[in-house]
Amino acid sequence: MGNLSWDAIPLHEPIPLVSGAVVVLALLAVLALVVLKGWGPVLWREWITSTDHKRIGVMYVLLAIVMLVRGFADALMMRSQLALAAGNARGYLPPSHFDQVFSAHGTIMIFFVGMAFMVGLMNFVVPLQIGARDVAFPVMNSVSFWLTAAGALLINVSLVVGEFARTGWLAYPPLSELAYSPGVGVDYWLWSLQISGVGTLLSGINLTTTILKMRTPGMGYGRMPIFTWTALASNLLIIAAFPILTGSLAMLALDRYLGFHFFTNDAGGNMMMYVNLIWAWGHPEVYILVLPAFGIYSEVFPTFSGKRLFGYRSMAAATMGICIVSFMVWLHHFFTMGAGADVNAFFGIATSVIAIPTGVKIFNWLFTMYGGTLRFELPLMWAIGFMLLFVIGGATGVLLAIPPADFQLHNSQFLVAHFHNVIIPGVLFGAFAGYNYWFPKAFGFRLHRGLGVASFWCWFVGFLLAFMPLYVLGLAGATRRMQHYPQTQWQPLMIVAFAGALLILAGIVLMLAQLFASIRQRERLRDATGDPWDGRTLEWATPSPPPAWNFAALPQVDGIDAFWEAKRSEAGVLKPAEGEGARPLHMPRPTPLGVVVAFFAFFAGFAAVWHIAWMAWGALACIVAACLVRAWRTDREVEIDPARVAAFERGARA
Amino acid sequence: MPSVAPWQQGVLDPHGPIAAAERTILLNATVIMLAVIVPVIVLTLVFAWWFRAGNRRARRDPDWAYSGAIEVTVWSIPALVILFLGGIAWIGSHDLDPARPVASRSPPLTVQVVSLDWKWLFIYPDLGVASVNRMVVPAGTPLRLRLTSASVMNSFFVPQLGSQIYTMGGMTTTLHLLADHPGTYAGLSANFSGDGFSDMRFDAVALPPDDFARWLAGVRSGAQPLDAAHYAALARPGVAAAAATYAPVAPALFETILADTSKAPAATTMPAMGG
Repeated sequence: MGNLSWDAIPLHEPIPLVSGAVVVLALLAVLALVVLKGWGPVLWREWITSTDHKRIGVMYVLLAIVMLVRGFADALMMRSQLALAAGNARGYLPPSHFDQVFSAHGTIMIFFVGMAFMVGLMNFVVPLQIGARDVAFPVMNSVSFWLTAAGALLINVSLVVGEFARTGWLAYPPLSELAYSPGVGVDYWLWSLQISGVGTLLSGINLTTTILKMRTPGMGYGRMPIFTWTALASNLLIIAAFPILTGSLAMLALDRYLGFHFFTNDAGGNMMMYVNLIWAWGHPEVYILVLPAFGIYSEVFPTFSGKRLFGYRSMAAATMGICIVSFMVWLHHFFTMGAGADVNAFFGIATSVIAIPTGVKIFNWLFTMYGGTLRFELPLMWAIGFMLLFVIGGATGVLLAIPPADFQLHNSQFLVAHFHNVIIPGVLFGAFAGYNYWFPKAFGFRLHRGLGVASFWCWFVGFLLAFMPLYVLGLAGATRRMQHYPQTQWQPLMIVAFAGALLILAGIVLMLAQLFASIRQRERLRDATGDPWDGRTLEWATPSPPPAWNFAALPQVDGIDAFWEAKRSEAGVLKPAEGEGARPLHMPRPTPLGVVVAFFAFFAGFAAVWHIAWMAWGALACIVAACLVRAWRTDREVEIDPARVAAFERGARA
Repeated sequence: MPSVAPWQQGVLDPHGPIAAAERTILLNATVIMLAVIVPVIVLTLVFAWWFRAGNRRARRDPDWAYSGAIEVTVWSIPALVILFLGGIAWIGSHDLDPARPVASRSPPLTVQVVSLDWKWLFIYPDLGVASVNRMVVPAGTPLRLRLTSASVMNSFFVPQLGSQIYTMGGMTTTLHLLADHPGTYAGLSANFSGDGFSDMRFDAVALPPDDFARWLAGVRSGAQPLDAAHYAALARPGVAAAAATYAPVAPALFETILADTSKAPAATTMPAMGG
């Protein structure tokens, strides 16, 4: 079994063992429930093998929520460690464990929470919003999701079999090279990102193609909902950026596995090549996450203001502007490598330039509210919370973009505060706004308002308590990733930050409580109209939950906010596009290809981590075989009887 | 209770011209940003409150979605701010380029800095002495630091003196600093480098010139040379027990470390693959 032996299980370390046991028990409990209730076949047929973009979107979001809990457990450990480890105290996490915790936290939160949440929402919403019946490549969509899930599983296995990387979430060499990280931690990091990264790239190709090719008749680029615009920008960035990640990881893997010297100190390697490459992916990645969130806010503000989005063209232009400029700023992550004044100044100014379209967006959301009629439903609360907090993060980002200021703040707790200040209010609040906004579309009932409001306030206040002290600590000279610190005067602020983290924990618990309470009270929260918020875009024209085929007849679109305009028109409903409604519909069959490929990809990754050659090559061969079997199948589509569609429509509209 | 406020002894409490200039830039840029973000936060709250559904006095205009004048304004405000900050970034990058010597009448003192796992080695090539985890310098004399790493990347940083800079194996960076008052300033590594990272702290001690001369004489009278054997012991991974000083120092030690870190390995060790 390669390097794998019983020693890999950390029996002497109680924390990972206990948390691992909890995860395993939770999985077994879910499995037992599924078997006892007899849900297995339904789960397999309707969800696991589903090629329906809506089901896949829901599964992505579920994965994101599960991983949010895991990533947040890491955050609590870090904050409590730093609340304790002042002066001569060393806290309860030794460096060897603390280093894994912060590496896992960053990796999980970016790749398996932020990405999974955003890709999930885009998957669910984009086809509905552009009036399409599915994404361009439904089977590939299933493969993408399951590869992401396989990557997530591999990271969680590192908790109990071996260790995770102790290098930080981007694993800079030479620290991540074999000479300094001989364990399996970096290999777990490499292969879980490599596997999920392939999934993300495929998903990017899929959604881009969907938006470019499958818009309903009449929906020109100038009539696309802004969320679809931001999804387009985000997925274009995925296509452009993720191959760089794949390449960088592959080169680091060659260094570690075959003794290459791309990034080593010796034999002509140069670590700064890796640092440049990883940020050439890493900075666009930030915009891959935040652009769809901007799109969500651009849907939420008009809907809950009962008013058209202010400055639609500016919004689309700003989105594409950010998309392009985000590729020209990567060097601001390492001004301190000593590149010289001209280079630093160029990248500093390019970075600041991104603040222009972002500022335009902020102003346009403001003027969208102006003259509207605001309903303070949950999505709007998250959106306003975002506006209030995000501008602070944006401003500190511009500060960090000025090279001489960055020389003093780089890698400090100020930086930690800054990127959490843009990612939590920017990306995560957007994800939560979208979750509350589209949940009734996905399931036909709303989420509980009271618990949602309580969760919002815990997050909002918890965020301020957890991260505002870090700005001060950064100015005081506190650096990131430190496991203990001699300055006892920092401890009070560290304790405040820990209290903030506890409040955010309450926010997460309330959010889960909101989900369970809503499921229990679903009859009371039921929305029979399909349009609970008085929506403006096409997804609200479908029944909730939408049928597998989304639209019985594809709608004809004549302008922006097509559904809103249709509701105001004489007919009161959308016109079907020419020639729609007569032909039978063809939908893709469910297929186990995605879950089978991901199953073997997981074992290929696990085998690579432990150098088990037969298992790695065997699993890869199985993946190829599964794809070939799929390629030779001919019955890929299922025809949906027009009578069934008509019957569903009558039922839904009754 | 702690005797110093949490933000003291950091970048807002500079003791050298570089840190002072950087603080000025930081404060100026913050004020400029506040001029934009405070109105935005206030307007968000005002608009959200005034246009709430229950307010009968608010004037509604659900189809108002474009205004040329406002569009021009919302593109111009951030553009002007960025134009201004871009100017600060350009001038600041050049004035405070780490490679640019600090203007001073006294000749600079060269210190060679090597980051090890997990300690700092300071070599004074012109004085023939070396020190671990304690960088002693004369106050008021410009410092010319040349930095490298004998293992993984670190970042040399004394917040109260100014700019941090990376130390990278096989490469050198240059940093110019000056401490204008005698004092002890906390130094650290600002780039994560492994298990001993949190203990990679050092003191940057600025002494009056006479005291510096006395310190130098004291180091030279000690009988601990920094030769190949002592360096090899020092370079072994571990946290330094206490600050130490060395004299004399092997000639061209810094250059030797630089060359050794980046040379091709004698025998390529291929990690075993297969099961």
